[in-house]
Amino acid sequence: MSAALAEAPATEAELSALVAAAARDGTRLEIVGGGTRRGLGAPVNADATLSTARLDAVTLYEPQALTLVAGAGARLDDIAAMLAAEGQRLPFEPMDHRPLLGAEGAPTLGGMVACNVSGPRRIQAGACRDAMLGVRFVDGRGAVVKNGGRVMKNVTGYDLVKLQCGAHGALGVLTEVAFRLQPIPETTATLVLQGLDDATAVAALSAALGSPFDVTGAAHVGGETLARIEGFAPSVAYRAERLRAALAAFGPVGIARDDADRWRAVRDVTRFAGRPGAVWRLSLKPSDGPKAAAAIRERTPVEDALYDWGGGLVWLLTPDAGDAGEAVVRAAVARLGGHATLVRAAEATRRRVSPFPPEPAPLAALSRGLRARFDPAGILNPGRMAA
Amino acid sequence: MQMPEPDASVIAQRDLIVRRLREVLPEDAVISAEREVRAYECDALTAYRCPPLAVILPRSTEEVAAALRLLHGMGVPVVPRGSGTSLAGGALPTADCVILGVARLNKVLETNYPDRYVRVQTGVTNLSVTGAVQAEGFFYAPDPSSQLACAIAGNIAMNSGGAHCLKYGVTTNNLMGVTMVTMAGEVMEIGGAHLDAPGLDLLGVLCGSEGQLGVVTEATLRILRKPEGARPILFGFESSEIAGACVADIIRAGVMPVALEFMDGPAIRVCEDFAQAGYPVNAGALLIVEVEGGPAEIDDQLSRIRAIAERHAPMAVREAQSAEEAAAIWLGRKSAFGAMGQISDYMCLDGTIPIGALPHVLRRIGEMSAACGLGVANIFHAGDGNMHPLILFDANKPGDLEKCEAFGADILRLCVEVGGCLTGEHGVGVEKRDLMGVQFTADDMRAQMAVKDVFDPAWLLNPGKVFPLATVAEHRLAAE
Repeated sequence: MSAALAEAPATEAELSALVAAAARDGTRLEIVGGGTRRGLGAPVNADATLSTARLDAVTLYEPQALTLVAGAGARLDDIAAMLAAEGQRLPFEPMDHRPLLGAEGAPTLGGMVACNVSGPRRIQAGACRDAMLGVRFVDGRGAVVKNGGRVMKNVTGYDLVKLQCGAHGALGVLTEVAFRLQPIPETTATLVLQGLDDATAVAALSAALGSPFDVTGAAHVGGETLARIEGFAPSVAYRAERLRAALAAFGPVGIARDDADRWRAVRDVTRFAGRPGAVWRLSLKPSDGPKAAAAIRERTPVEDALYDWGGGLVWLLTPDAGDAGEAVVRAAVARLGGHATLVRAAEATRRRVSPFPPEPAPLAALSRGLRARFDPAGILNPGRMAA
Repeated sequence: MQMPEPDASVIAQRDLIVRRLREVLPEDAVISAEREVRAYECDALTAYRCPPLAVILPRSTEEVAAALRLLHGMGVPVVPRGSGTSLAGGALPTADCVILGVARLNKVLETNYPDRYVRVQTGVTNLSVTGAVQAEGFFYAPDPSSQLACAIAGNIAMNSGGAHCLKYGVTTNNLMGVTMVTMAGEVMEIGGAHLDAPGLDLLGVLCGSEGQLGVVTEATLRILRKPEGARPILFGFESSEIAGACVADIIRAGVMPVALEFMDGPAIRVCEDFAQAGYPVNAGALLIVEVEGGPAEIDDQLSRIRAIAERHAPMAVREAQSAEEAAAIWLGRKSAFGAMGQISDYMCLDGTIPIGALPHVLRRIGEMSAACGLGVANIFHAGDGNMHPLILFDANKPGDLEKCEAFGADILRLCVEVGGCLTGEHGVGVEKRDLMGVQFTADDMRAQMAVKDVFDPAWLLNPGKVFPLATVAEHRLAAE
């Protein structure tokens, strides 16, 4: 891919014209924001890159309505700083993939949305897709389409906002995205249990998440079992004590205050960063998390495992050789109900092993149909989601 | 209201269609007597009626699939129906359609508390989902006003909301998986008891597609542990502007109430007449703010909210001191539609606006009301911007319904103009179908219709809803 074939339009209209021209010529495009999540999914077979980085303006920010509308190329760090200055944030705690993937660059809103990236708070506040209020995108013919809007409640027409979120660019190039925000809480407490085995840890997390105390993070990492509570100080103090009592049967419970670093490490899976190997991300029902990990360990080497989302999100580190454990991992997950994504592996592995789980035939047919309608020439991130 | 021209060849085959349906479904699952199908001629948008060709009430996913395969093969339109509580005409039949009712798909299939979900057949009512899990202290969060009657199938079709969605989200945020049958009779599982499947978010686009993409027969729903307690507080303010400013300040302060309801002067007075809830009848606007938690947490949050409200010089403040007082505060709000129905015919609108636009929008609605001579009362989910203006009219007075519909359309145009949308939770149905062009460009609608093309290429499922008829005709002609 030569630099001459890299485009970074300054406006949506320019981007639309570029996509329309690419569709006419059959020029296959790799869509790039900050480039930090480029390693996700299968490698793209493209003739040129199309960057949204210059579509970075904040269209609208209304703190009193908890609403943000901004260009897809807006940098996440800039946005986070702007929101923090008003005591607000994106609710879903998006993971930063740079440590895990060893990527450089600055993540953008568009890349985060295209990959539906969430973090520990997903379990309580919803995923990226749940906080999205609207999108503008350019489809594979160059048509500019808007869907949703900037208001919290909107059922006007079909929800293409959700369809675009997590579509990895295959249904259009995002140009503008809108979110509902949440206030940054006054304080945070983390309840910490030590030395529980995986199954007991997940049982403790289930008890925490099934309590009335509004747990916003529930993870089991490196022998520590963590449950997070956020809010106004008196409320956090009250709930932390009540939850400590509720979890007493699982052992002594420590309480840590305002430990953002600990949750950042959970969010970004920094435990696996810099260590060689393939990284799998499993999503199951929480009580199946430890079962899946145990079943996989019996049949293939697993170097490390950590649990988020109360046990429903399992990260596994396996040797990056052969199929990186694919057959065993996917069989275990299929048996229990759930899915496994290969998040990190050498490019050769990602060409051999489908990073995304194969869809059942009827769903695959619908997905193919949608890609064909939104991108008839097959020029948008070809190969990333499916062949 | 124009509906698609019924297919005469389908109507001519009525007896054959019924006979064939009886071959694939149990005898009592097929209703064809003219007197009986009439019970399905409309939903809660009663101004429009049309008896269907026949009605089927299958009891299983397999029966739904068998019936849809048959009807698809014969080219018969199908209108799915939950409990028929749509205010937008989402389940309005066409003369050549078969109504597929989910009323007999009424089993709770699985409850799982450690993993916090419930799996149900979609004919169960919204409230009975909570009913199935409340003994263990759990609940299902979306709570549309019709929750006693409305079916989960309809909630999914319309992506229903409710008074508590400010904190808990709407149906799409609480729906984890479905069993769906396509119009061609193919059965598929989308999502499940786990979160965020990779691949295109088919579940996301299915939810809110108004029964036009598939028939959902089973659903996996997220359940939550009930909070320890909840308590409302009521404020009366001199004007809507002041109440609106108070709402903005509450949100700005980082307090997240579970409900934030607004009523304007006319709404307050009608509700008070009806329910004697003790509302301040001289106030220009009223806010009901509800918070949740343990007793001390509630006290803390309410004191913050009180302090904010005090800055706006409330004319009345009433904090519930008991469960009875809490119920009394909610009584007026919850009986608003009934109260309105006692004094007049009314049309309930459902547009959403950016909350900052509230004073401007209310002022404009007042001006329009004066100009057209029809009264209007405003009820508003203030936290999320979802308005419910109730336009009062006289159904027996010739021309009044038309005048009311024109006024309603003007209000919805205003909602879009200030950055909002046509419908926040009721859906487009037939009611707002012809206004879609106000909010969407031709390309916007084409992209949505492309999804329909993929799920239901023959456009047989729930015809005549969501998109303007001419827009659909043009789109389908271009595709040929």
